[in-house]
Amino acid sequence: MISGRKLGMVLLGAMLGTAASMSAAQAAEPPLKVGLLEDVSGDLAFMGMPKLHGSQLAVEEINKSGGILGRQIELIHLDPQGDNARYQEFGRRLLNRDKVDVLIGGITSASREALRPIVDRTTTPYFYTNQYEGGVCDASMISMGAVPEQQFSTLIPWMVEKFGKKVYVIAADYNFGQISAEWNRKIMKDLGGEVVGEEFIPLGVSQFAQTIQNIQKAKPDWLLTINVGAAQDSFFEQAAAANLNLPMGSSIKIMLGFEHKRFKPPALNNMHATANWFEEIDTPEATEFKKRWHAKFPDELYINDMGYNAYNALYMYKTLVEKAKSTKLEDMRKVIAAGDACIDAPEGKVCIDPKSQHTSHRMRLISVGPKHEVKVEKDYGTIQPYWLGEIGCDLTKKNDKDQYTPSHLPKKS
Amino acid sequence: MSAEVFSVFYQFADVFAFLILSAAGLAIVFGMMGVINMAHGEFIMCGAYVTVGLVNLGVPLAIAQALAALTAGLIGVLVEFLVVRRFYKRPLDSLLATWGLSLIVTQSMLLIVGSAVRGIGTPEGSFAIGGYTFSTYRLVLFGCAVAVLAGLYVIFMKTRFGVIARATMQNAAMAKALGARTGRIYAISFGIGTGLAGLCGALYAPTMTLIPTMGATFVVESFVTVVIGGANVLLGTAPAAVFLAMIRMALNASYGQIIGQIGMLVAVILIIRVMPEGLSSVLVRRGR
Repeated sequence: MISGRKLGMVLLGAMLGTAASMSAAQAAEPPLKVGLLEDVSGDLAFMGMPKLHGSQLAVEEINKSGGILGRQIELIHLDPQGDNARYQEFGRRLLNRDKVDVLIGGITSASREALRPIVDRTTTPYFYTNQYEGGVCDASMISMGAVPEQQFSTLIPWMVEKFGKKVYVIAADYNFGQISAEWNRKIMKDLGGEVVGEEFIPLGVSQFAQTIQNIQKAKPDWLLTINVGAAQDSFFEQAAAANLNLPMGSSIKIMLGFEHKRFKPPALNNMHATANWFEEIDTPEATEFKKRWHAKFPDELYINDMGYNAYNALYMYKTLVEKAKSTKLEDMRKVIAAGDACIDAPEGKVCIDPKSQHTSHRMRLISVGPKHEVKVEKDYGTIQPYWLGEIGCDLTKKNDKDQYTPSHLPKKS
Repeated sequence: MSAEVFSVFYQFADVFAFLILSAAGLAIVFGMMGVINMAHGEFIMCGAYVTVGLVNLGVPLAIAQALAALTAGLIGVLVEFLVVRRFYKRPLDSLLATWGLSLIVTQSMLLIVGSAVRGIGTPEGSFAIGGYTFSTYRLVLFGCAVAVLAGLYVIFMKTRFGVIARATMQNAAMAKALGARTGRIYAISFGIGTGLAGLCGALYAPTMTLIPTMGATFVVESFVTVVIGGANVLLGTAPAAVFLAMIRMALNASYGQIIGQIGMLVAVILIIRVMPEGLSSVLVRRGR
């Protein structure tokens, strides 16, 4: 039954492929529909806006240079306003009513997990464009952002070596914060370090006087700040006002939330993060990319890594479709399985790992100074998203449709 | 040891200030006037944005904050005249109207000002006691909260306007029959309420991230404080804030923010169950 369906898809894909190449000459093909779900209002709008812009920029560039397989792209963007129920409603609408060829988007991990079961019931590919807590082993999902083995396995040992073995964690209280804290516990244990405190903060909380004192009581060497959203970011201002003055590390600050642009210096002084993209990268490719972006969106406060990944997602989609000569997920996954899914991104060459469908990234460790200047402390080169493959996720063989964490590993078969 | 004692006081003062400043305006608009003002958070946001805007223009912070509160108050008078006035006899419709207003304002701010505004930084300094360091500005906030309560006491208990205003809230028809210009009293009271909301935003603006939906972080706390406080601003809102601040502070300190928030809301549910009219009904009855 399954193989029958697969065969049907391959045939269909091949037919579509030929159809596409035939009509490239005639240029009368209907456009490819790209469904985009990004928050441009609500609590996360400041992060979501660059994601919409990145997608619009990529669509404009691709359309100008002839589209994908000769077909133009039609971007259908809906704004779920940070509401997971709306993510599901709009996801269904894009998938079932608009019949999009590909679905892209989602900011929080909660929104992604709300969308994933809906995507899994279709044969539409889904691109998640954020860095996240890792572990999703799902054939329908292609992850463009960085994951813990690229962010935490680099950052935490560096912080321990530089500042000491005692860490205090402030994390947003939902799956991203909880699982990221679990990663921190695992890595700290391997390093012989100590987690002297962990505090999970409900989303929307903006007052941190008590948290600041809890931290001072626990006397950590450094802080892991994985608090999320505008309200929780008030922590930095309040900690600076109380002269907390501790080194901080994070997987989402600066390159994602551009707190160093939103707060008055020196609130973010001594913050560290590992990132595949931050606007301060000054390689020629990055500079060229930033110039194109700011020409189209002159008011952009900061090109964050989500917006950058969202831009890349469309080029990755273009590459996959053109190599597969098909818009079917099955055919695109054959390109991924062959290890051919690579694009030349502004950060350098990035490829999709066949086993996990996550993306390799060139990772740099950055630090923020007292005037909020960003400095590259260490360049790790390209790091593969290896963890899922190591623990036994292999999407070329089996579709788990699950999210694994250090304490939730696949069952050994 | 003294550091621990001071720390407990400081944490209490911090939560208390947050509750009083965010609830004071609503206590007048909702507690006294009975208008369910869903746009309360947007008046707070207005105060914060005006403050930051003025500071960026070079106005000293304290003056910017006063002007921001004034601006929110004047906008409040305007909103009362244009919208709220039509709904005094239809409180549930006023909920809908002000909610609509709130949506329009947040979305317009997003479109006009953008999704994030750069903060201005917290003034004053910090001081250390024992192993702890504290932000001086948080004590300023506490002082402002106490001053707001004192100010409300003077306005509503000691002035002619206060007497007429309380009479109008109690029985508008009778007050009108006795010659009070109730329309103007309502407008001014609403303006004082939104002005206090603006003051709250102005005071917290340096300590927070400014986004168009920032008012939402105050709204739950303010409604909760006013609801369990009941109709009397001084004998209701203030004790309610003391009570909630103690619960929240103790739970925050021992179990973290999640339990602190849950515990506070559970306490609210219990109080509403036992005293549906709020704390002030009990306290006022005792006082008689």
